[in-house]
Amino acid sequence: MTVKLSSLALALLVGTSLSAVAQEFSDNKVKIGILNDQSGVYADFGGKWSYEAAKMAVEDFGGKVKDMPVEVVTADHQNKADIASNIARQWYDTEQVDAIMELTTSSVALAVQGISAEKKKIDIVTGAASSDLTGKACSPYGFHWAYDTHALAVGTGGALVGQGGDTWFFLTADYAFGYSLEEQTSNFVKSKGGNVLGAVRHPLATTDYSSFLLQAQASGAKVIGLANAGLDTANSIKQAAEFGIVAGGQRLAALLFTLAEVHGLGLEAAQGLTLTEGFYWDRDDASREWSNRFMERTGRMPNMIQAGTYSAVTQYLKAIDKAGTDETEAVAKNLHEMPVEDVFARGGKVGANGRMIYDMYLMEVKKPSESTQPWDYYKVLATIPGDEAYIKPAEAGCPLVK
Amino acid sequence: MIFGIPIQAFAGQLLIGLINGSFYAVLSLGLAIIFGLLRVINFAHGAQYMLGAFIGYLMLAHFGITYWPALILAPLVVGLFSVVVERFALSRLYDVDPLYGLLFTFGLALVIEGVFRYYYGVSGNPYPVPTLLAGGTNLGFMFLPIYRGWVVVASLVVCLGTWLLLEKTQFGSYLRAATEDPKLVQAFGVNVPLMLTLTYGLGAGLAGFAGVLAAPVYQVSPLMGQNLIIVVFAVVVVGGMGSILGAIVTGYMLGLAEGMTKVFYPEASNIVIFVIMAIVLLLRPAGLFGRDA
Repeated sequence: MTVKLSSLALALLVGTSLSAVAQEFSDNKVKIGILNDQSGVYADFGGKWSYEAAKMAVEDFGGKVKDMPVEVVTADHQNKADIASNIARQWYDTEQVDAIMELTTSSVALAVQGISAEKKKIDIVTGAASSDLTGKACSPYGFHWAYDTHALAVGTGGALVGQGGDTWFFLTADYAFGYSLEEQTSNFVKSKGGNVLGAVRHPLATTDYSSFLLQAQASGAKVIGLANAGLDTANSIKQAAEFGIVAGGQRLAALLFTLAEVHGLGLEAAQGLTLTEGFYWDRDDASREWSNRFMERTGRMPNMIQAGTYSAVTQYLKAIDKAGTDETEAVAKNLHEMPVEDVFARGGKVGANGRMIYDMYLMEVKKPSESTQPWDYYKVLATIPGDEAYIKPAEAGCPLVK
Repeated sequence: MIFGIPIQAFAGQLLIGLINGSFYAVLSLGLAIIFGLLRVINFAHGAQYMLGAFIGYLMLAHFGITYWPALILAPLVVGLFSVVVERFALSRLYDVDPLYGLLFTFGLALVIEGVFRYYYGVSGNPYPVPTLLAGGTNLGFMFLPIYRGWVVVASLVVCLGTWLLLEKTQFGSYLRAATEDPKLVQAFGVNVPLMLTLTYGLGAGLAGFAGVLAAPVYQVSPLMGQNLIIVVFAVVVVGGMGSILGAIVTGYMLGLAEGMTKVFYPEASNIVIFVIMAIVLLLRPAGLFGRDA
């Protein structure tokens, strides 16, 4: 009996190892797709600069993993979930793409993560915010790097409530991301004893915010939460200053605002803003060295989306290297288990829901007089430990986590 | 209280609508003039508006030319650039289907925007409000930034001036006549091709002017025209293609309608103009001020 069992086991073992050899590397190469907005309101947020960061990651890795060439392709999804879905299907079905990353815009990320799960492919989101990606819409092969709505709510929301901003009014982008950010910030504000007086929803890529800002002004709320992103937030802030909102004593909370938008808005208009990011180029020697290389290639300093994409690609290649295959299950297992330690994240870990948990930073935008060199924009106010910034995997509402 | 909203808030929103309507009016005026004479659907209008804002920004950033001279110079540069484009490219398309003019200007817009996006990104650049117009004044029902008030005044003056130019001057009368029957006007010895060129330059210059006017209000971004151009087309269609007065009046009216939507149902604020356009086209296919074909 024992002999029979062990021979059976042996046969099984041989069988699996044979199949493993056969599918070590699909198509004899590793192909990564960077899918994001390259022409719309979020084109500076990640955009072609994320593609550049991904290429840097591959070059720094040596251009090969286990002697297989690594290729990076990119496409512009124009912030439309249907266009993104078509590209994702095409990449997976006919162009041998092994993993899709970046995925700015939550509606797009949710759609592509669904397709990736269905096709059993890995996706790593760095550009989208919705915490649903690792909550109710989580996938065994889906990962969320960089940031999410919960971290932003805890970081920026928490800081302002802590400073006495206990009544809020929201200007919210009218789609999945805006709702998610508004809801989580509202919940957080309420849990700290604050009050939400109202909200107004504006279409994506609105140019004039004065009407919404007047409504926010009339609400009398101490804090106006900007649950939008990119150029939309920049225009909101610029026009809020114009209508004397900040001068009138109300504070603006740019819930999602990165170095790219601060640069576009200029310190004159952006000074004093509180914001949350997971990366700052001027953090330490390693980040400065990497960011300067990024600057040489792109003419700009990276924000957390671009640095996060570098980290995601690097980690993906490390996971393949360790697994010895680009087969999805094996790589996903490694991605879940391996610690994340690179120029972007220090002491990062990945939860069972796919969330990469690492420390975030609460920043204040410097005054023009405090800035001593180009891109010298932030003062770090506080470090928010990853376990506080992100929802615990068991509480995220992800069906995969029991 | 009006519709459950305090009257002060209501008045404030009306004023905001009027301010946005000012941009629509100046932009749709330029479009209407170009369409009226050249029969070209100028899809590059948004790009010309963006160009105006960017030239204003670049003048300030690199040459220290401030807002006031830029308000004259930038539209001139945009106008000149457009004259060159008309002379060497667009004018060659007058004899073929109007669709080619549309495609050419659309392509031109993509190229211009693409170039600026490549060099400046989409986050845009800040343009300060000129010191003379900085600050604001409390009207009782709202805080009005002085600059926004200036936008309304400036656009009214420009619209009125353009209307007078077309209705009361000899150039205007030639222009209107050429709209009716270019061949006959040419037979009278008027240089019609030159007029077409100047008209295109004038229309584009108006777009450039609106761009400089918009620079201190919005981020100067390569996308700023793209976001506006479709709305402006709807304005021209509602007003009646080619109708100068229609374009001006409809511009202000739709600005107001959009402003009101932002109060009552903000989610629909970017489609309300198109809903109005659909209704108008159903009831009056030639537009509110257009003559039936």
